[in-house]
Amino acid sequence: MTDSRLRISDNGGVTLVEFVDRNILDEANIQAINEEITAVIEQAQIPKILISFSNVDHLSSAALGALITINNKIREKNGELHLANIDPQIYEVFVITRLNKLFNIHDTTDEAHTAFAG
Amino acid sequence: MSDSHTHIEGASAVDLQHDRKKVSSLIDKILGLAESKGFGTSSLFAIRLAIEEGITNAFEHGHEGLDPSTPVHIEYAVSHNDIQIAIEDQGPGFSPDALPDPTLIENLSKPSGRGVMLMQAYMSEVHFNKAGNRVKLRYIRPS
Repeated sequence: MTDSRLRISDNGGVTLVEFVDRNILDEANIQAINEEITAVIEQAQIPKILISFSNVDHLSSAALGALITINNKIREKNGELHLANIDPQIYEVFVITRLNKLFNIHDTTDEAHTAFAG
Repeated sequence: MSDSHTHIEGASAVDLQHDRKKVSSLIDKILGLAESKGFGTSSLFAIRLAIEEGITNAFEHGHEGLDPSTPVHIEYAVSHNDIQIAIEDQGPGFSPDALPDPTLIENLSKPSGRGVMLMQAYMSEVHFNKAGNRVKLRYIRPS
């Protein structure tokens, strides 16, 4: 069992997920992150998850894949996923892959909080 | 096997094990060389991303089903004008032209299939050998 690579907290019914690492590139870590967030989704009746990238400098397509898997699982439970604090260089990766069309992306966590329905 | 499109003249070469620390250490070394040649932050971001994707593809897809200790062969050359990296796996190869476009609406929710397009987006040139088990990335210094 490895240490968690995430900081997870609850803020008014929204689960805030932050990354410990600046680089989300290691396949083993990405798998662990995926499993940890999946556990949060499974425990929630209607998952409302906000992922902050405030510490993140680099991510890989495998990390994008994990985010997509997480998004798919949240949608299956009629929940919501919002992303915030994405560095401009990383946001460019979302634009190139057109994943900015798939995800709800906000400049700040405050802005993201107000975007959750209900 | 390298061919005329994927050969790098005067490259340093290393056989890389599937070990995160060794992968990170090699990428840091190449980026350190690039930084010493004056490549800027956005160039270093692009190069790191492309090498990560290439090495991940080699180990995760190229070496699927092979002994986990099978190394990936890396060659690299850093000059004032450009950075060239070749990544060669020992698998059967694949056809990059046959990959579905991950940016199509029907593919956006699929978790995989973005590595090659990211390499192509961030590098000046991406060439595969005929067998499809070696890719050469070239990043030309922005003018």
